[in-house]
Amino acid sequence: MRVMVIVKATKDSEAGLMPSEKLISDMDAFNQELAKAGVLLIGEGLHPSSRGARMKFSADGKRTVVDGPFAETKELIAGFWLWQVKSMEEAMEWLRRCPCPFDGESEVEIRCVYEPEDFGEAFTPELREREAKRRQELEDRARS
Amino acid sequence: MTGDPIARTIEAVWRIESARLIAILARRTRDVGLAEDLAQDALVAAMEQWPRSGVPDRPGAWLLATARRRAVDALRRDKAFDRRREEIAARFEEEARTEPDVDAALDDEVGDDLLRLIFTACHPVLSFESRAALTLRLLGGLTTDEIARAFLVSEPTIAQRIVRAKRTLVEKQVEFEVPRGEELSERLASVLGVIYLIFNEGYAATAGDDWMRPSLCEEALRLGRILAGLAPAEPEVHGLLALMELTASRTPARTAPDGEPILLADQDRSRWDRLLIGRGLAALARAHALSAEPGSYQLQAAIAACHARAATAEATDWSEIARLYGELTRVTPSAVIELNRAMAVAMATGPADGLEILNALAEEPALQGYSYYHAARADLLAKLDRRAEARAAFDRAAALTRNVRERDWLLRRSAECG
Repeated sequence: MRVMVIVKATKDSEAGLMPSEKLISDMDAFNQELAKAGVLLIGEGLHPSSRGARMKFSADGKRTVVDGPFAETKELIAGFWLWQVKSMEEAMEWLRRCPCPFDGESEVEIRCVYEPEDFGEAFTPELREREAKRRQELEDRARS
Repeated sequence: MTGDPIARTIEAVWRIESARLIAILARRTRDVGLAEDLAQDALVAAMEQWPRSGVPDRPGAWLLATARRRAVDALRRDKAFDRRREEIAARFEEEARTEPDVDAALDDEVGDDLLRLIFTACHPVLSFESRAALTLRLLGGLTTDEIARAFLVSEPTIAQRIVRAKRTLVEKQVEFEVPRGEELSERLASVLGVIYLIFNEGYAATAGDDWMRPSLCEEALRLGRILAGLAPAEPEVHGLLALMELTASRTPARTAPDGEPILLADQDRSRWDRLLIGRGLAALARAHALSAEPGSYQLQAAIAACHARAATAEATDWSEIARLYGELTRVTPSAVIELNRAMAVAMATGPADGLEILNALAEEPALQGYSYYHAARADLLAKLDRRAEARAAFDRAAALTRNVRERDWLLRRSAECG
């Protein structure tokens, strides 16, 4: 299974304060460990929301752009990893080995990524139809 | 080991720590079987103590310290202990005295130990099946039961296979080390072969109900990524990893909801896993950068990359694929690869060119009973409107296949040649 590990923003990260050298090297060591265990798929850090934007989709189809920064700091994301693990428990165990992402208080969230089979039923009717159509086309092509 | 949360946590810790633990212990004992026993002892101790005391902050260090302590006890307690065991016990005791900080031992570059462990588990003195089972056991931390389900054999069979493998390693006095020079490439081929076997075992069964077999693909990918981290200078390691990432990227599109396999040309490419494609292409680029003479895995990955890069089946670069199959035949001569080349050539420059190659293979003993050869030939003959010959070839293919669905389809094609 894949999990997304979300590092929540803090006041400091939103202010664009750079992490200390120690923290960068600790994080690097942790990333190395994840990579060598074959667990790490991607990991990225994000700029503060002052460099970001949001697009709001209203029910009538209108799009409105709202520029950052955004106020509710702890609901913002400062970085993420994508990990391949066997269980949620394994993800938690890896996270336990993670250095504290910021100086001071911070929070990291783990969420399961949808796998194709999770969509199974939602896909079925349309997919079946397309499948049948394709087969028909193929048979036609073979006959022609 | 499933059920309550603490048991699941211990299982997770084991999965993360076991390979390193076994690798470190194996360097001390020079005996992977003994190392695994010691690691298991520590696991048992964890299962006894952690539910009461809680999971320690540094579970890996706890397990290693416990394994060392138990090692000294067990090795000394054993009445029949010989000098070698006494030496090992003394070494552990010495270590515990001089190196009280177990964390340091774990932080030590264990990469080399892990690499030694992989090379030992995949040693050619063992049968191919044993290598795969032992690798999953020692490197993947899988239980005997999980391995048995993955290979669709009984648990006692796998248990016996693993016990025998560990005994063989001791009897044949296999060194716990990474081979050097010429021996390296030979042994590396065995390691790659084992990982690819594990991958294919899972991939071939992706449609199966048993979750264990598809998850073998994930396990093989993980092993491949570990190996790429441990042996980054070996082009074929990246080649194999690229091949597995690219192949696995198609998994979501390979089967219809009813479980029917969907051929490559018919797959909904929007369902291919872009993340895995990106990782596969990156691994292939690393392999290319390391080697001007691509090996077999690198070439197979390059073929997979041609498919991955094509936005539609029609956009596939068949002449490049035909060229790559040509190179592959040179590296690993095989009639089946030549058959694939013929089909790629047919797609690239027309059925007549493909047929010419297939006809040249007519005497190949390996293809005589191979229904796909006759089906492929029949398909090209039909495209060339040589109906009578096409029908004969379809009939021959139908007579050879043991798959009922395939036979029906071949007979239908035969009838269409009227």
